[in-house]
Amino acid sequence: MKHIKTLKTANLKNSAAKGGCGECQASCQSACKTSCTVANQKCENASR
Amino acid sequence: MIHKYKQRDLNIVLDVCSGAVHVVDDVAYDLLDVTEPKSPNCPDGVIDALKDRYSKEEIRTAYEELHELYKEGQLFCEDDYMAFTGKLQEAPIKALCLHVAHDCNLRCQYCFASTGDFGGGRKLMDFETGKKAIDFVIARSGNRRNLEVDFFGGEPLMNFDVVKQIVEYARGLEKQYNKNFRFTVTTNGMLLDDDIMDYINKEMSNVVLSIDGRKDVNDSLRRTLDGSSCYDHIVPKFKELVARRGGKDYYVRGTFTKKNLDFASDVLHLNDLGFNEISVEPAVLEDKYTFALTEEDLPVIFKEYEKLADELVERQKQGKGFNFFHFMIDLEQGPCAIKRLRGCGCGNEYVAITPDGDIYPCHQFVGNEQWKMGSVHTGEFNNDMKQTFAKATVVHKKDCQNCWARFYCSGGCNANSANFEGDILKSHKLSCEMEKKRVECAIYIKAKLA
Repeated sequence: MKHIKTLKTANLKNSAAKGGCGECQASCQSACKTSCTVANQKCENASR
Repeated sequence: MIHKYKQRDLNIVLDVCSGAVHVVDDVAYDLLDVTEPKSPNCPDGVIDALKDRYSKEEIRTAYEELHELYKEGQLFCEDDYMAFTGKLQEAPIKALCLHVAHDCNLRCQYCFASTGDFGGGRKLMDFETGKKAIDFVIARSGNRRNLEVDFFGGEPLMNFDVVKQIVEYARGLEKQYNKNFRFTVTTNGMLLDDDIMDYINKEMSNVVLSIDGRKDVNDSLRRTLDGSSCYDHIVPKFKELVARRGGKDYYVRGTFTKKNLDFASDVLHLNDLGFNEISVEPAVLEDKYTFALTEEDLPVIFKEYEKLADELVERQKQGKGFNFFHFMIDLEQGPCAIKRLRGCGCGNEYVAITPDGDIYPCHQFVGNEQWKMGSVHTGEFNNDMKQTFAKATVVHKKDCQNCWARFYCSGGCNANSANFEGDILKSHKLSCEMEKKRVECAIYIKAKLA
């Protein structure tokens, strides 16, 4: 494409069907403790 | 829904519901102000709106590319996440914030825990209570294998013998119940010695080391009991612990207030000290504190985040990059949509347990009786309150439903909502604005380094 460079093509919706296993870290356990950020957590679902 | 913004030389477009991220030129960026490119041909009215700035050919080709993204579900993707709300509830409990010490050997002026005792008197958890907490999470964890226990306080090293006993007890149950305990500790470092460092580095999957940054900034609010410098005491210990950690996870973690709105300098100072895993975040305080952040500070804070993003890009390009917790983002393999919908999980997947064995939705609620969920001693547990927290998601929070950042922050901190807005389903505006800026900067960094 001439006008657009896409950085991310993976569709978040596709992750919903196999998601929700809950094996990942609770966000507040990592480093924040006062300000919630979920998008920086690692996925630990091997079957995704 | 899309969100578009300019940062430095980049035009960035996020497609909220697909999570797609695009860097576009000026004509494509401006096109999105006047049209949603859902039809294959560029409408005449769109060309008319932009023909003074761009040639018709440029407008048409940019439109066609945008339409292509729309067809591929990467632009103006429909929001049909309501279909997944059934997955948001009935989650087992998998994480504990274990308050092994409601006491502290520092007197930090911004402490949300009333300088360590959470307003309930200075207490240490006994082993019996710790055992019951471990039994509680195993019993409530269903089929979750990975269980997390963060030793928290106050200052948990003030009760380190009990920490060790609890770790040993939990490890002894892993095989029997098919669980994998991940222990973490959040410490101010004052009591670190060789033995404790070795133990932490062996048993704790992550360690959070509290320090605010530059010496004057740190010592101004993180005060010792005798008035000596906290910074001078902890920096050598933190360096030593990290050097001996063998690459395992850690964070140096600080807090910024109105007293150091130039907090990027504190982050960079921590990096200059040799730390590469850094989190410095805003203190959330009531207005009665003179150093509480307020909405009028936002323009300065935004500029500071931008400055930090630029410097992080620069250091990365020089091969000296570091991680800033709130700028970390994995665009391809980040958390699934369900986790993003579910949010932080407090009161639902994650609870805090006090030295007395009382259960609260998270560490930020501790000490506020109205939020007490139960006790590991009596076995009481308020499942209705758990359900209330299970429903505190971006799907259920009115302010989040139309926010472009909802799949990044996942609804924000419920404790901030309760404490400042009086309702866990409302949003704390100051926190939201800072979080949105951090997400913009995180994506900008990815774009600059792509």
